[in-house]
Amino acid sequence: MPVTTTDVVVTGLGATTPLGADVASTWDALLTGRSGVTRITDAWVDPFPAKLVARLAQEPSEKIDRVRSRRLDRSQQVAVVAAEEAWSDSGAGDAGYDALRIAVVIGTGIGGAMTLLDQDDILEEKGPKRVSPFTIPMLMPNGPAAAVGLAIGARGGVHAPVSACASGAEAIRWGLDMLRLDRADVVLVGGAEACVHPLPMAGFASMRAMSTRNDDPEHASRPFDAGRDGFVLAEGAACLVLERADAAKARGAKVYGTVAGAGATSDGSDLVAPHPEGEGAQRAIGAALRDAGLSASDIGHVNAHATSTPVGDVAEAAAILGAIGDHAAVTATKSQTGHLLGAAGALESVFCLLALRDQVVPGTANIEQLDDAAAVQALDIVRGEPRKATFSAAVNDSFGFGGHNIALVFTTA
Amino acid sequence: MSSTAEIQTGLAEILEEVAGVAPADATPEKSFTEDLDVDSLSMVEIATAVEDKFGVAIPDDELGGIKTVGDAISFIEKNNG
Repeated sequence: MPVTTTDVVVTGLGATTPLGADVASTWDALLTGRSGVTRITDAWVDPFPAKLVARLAQEPSEKIDRVRSRRLDRSQQVAVVAAEEAWSDSGAGDAGYDALRIAVVIGTGIGGAMTLLDQDDILEEKGPKRVSPFTIPMLMPNGPAAAVGLAIGARGGVHAPVSACASGAEAIRWGLDMLRLDRADVVLVGGAEACVHPLPMAGFASMRAMSTRNDDPEHASRPFDAGRDGFVLAEGAACLVLERADAAKARGAKVYGTVAGAGATSDGSDLVAPHPEGEGAQRAIGAALRDAGLSASDIGHVNAHATSTPVGDVAEAAAILGAIGDHAAVTATKSQTGHLLGAAGALESVFCLLALRDQVVPGTANIEQLDDAAAVQALDIVRGEPRKATFSAAVNDSFGFGGHNIALVFTTA
Repeated sequence: MSSTAEIQTGLAEILEEVAGVAPADATPEKSFTEDLDVDSLSMVEIATAVEDKFGVAIPDDELGGIKTVGDAISFIEKNNG
């Protein structure tokens, strides 16, 4: 398709994940099939039914100094680490953009839960006067976006979509809209999550949403496998720098690919359970394809949301089959990364762009016996080793508790 | 009861911990906001740390009047022991 003034491209990527300290090491670990999942060894986990986690490969304190760290919640720290990599990678900071036209959109699912809970401990033990004056700016869900806005000097607006596990993908959609509507010239978008703490762990476990395959951590996250029993909580962040294609070209920026379209719907059926046939998800994918001006047959690859819950994966398979068909190479990278909640959609969008660049589809780990649901059986799910492929368009699905469905379409530069 | 030098040293430790101020920079004439880049929320943390270290509580209506490291040292001297 011809480049138009409203085409939006990706010029920078950043990530800090259970698989690596940056984009390159994360992508490399993903393609070599490494798992980021481990068993929690802290004493608090003893009474917990689900004892697994995918922790960061590198502590944020390796990149952010002590004084800066102590006033940032961990969710803000990971956001800043990923954002600074993406910003540096893009070169946008040195491109002469007016700070008044630089914006940030960073989503999170849970936000500053660790600060909230830690400060509540202080409140109970020592009283209200000992609660940190940084409590509110550290726990607020716009905290990661605000911290990143400060880090890059963005003065054109800082926004924080909150739609549970769709937040990171929703941030990309907001960034796309801002550039199409000429509300900014460059938008740093992404998602951040860091809530490995007993309370969120207990809450998700009480929902029976987490895997209890405690004795086999690396094989616990198994999207589309018949034996899957829930997700594995992960922490991390991923960011992308978006610019209009003409501006990126004019400044000679490296371009990873195009954000060709986005679709957002809501299920309107249940607060947490996905629609059983993935009706809302299917509409989101359809809307994203129309927005991109593509047809289903153009899509060569889908990075599925597929968290490894019994209900969610089957519903999504039905949605993919209905909206795209059975020809696209589907993968579920949460099999290795675990579930980064509000950062997942951003990280998996990074994976889509790298898949397009390298013309390779990462494999889905841990499928021993494919679920026997007809929709799962019908899809072309890449299992085990990555697969070389030729394709020019990829879809990323992201869904969140609350019935949020986001689909994004990326195309080659 | 601490000496002025002990108070200055203790305050410098607090400033380093809370705001990353190099101890050599924490001299009496320095303004917290103008010279040491200490913001209002960090001042609240410093007040809490002063109470822990010297047993001197700084009321909110006094905190605003403490502009320099020297002001803080004087306040602690006047009120401790």
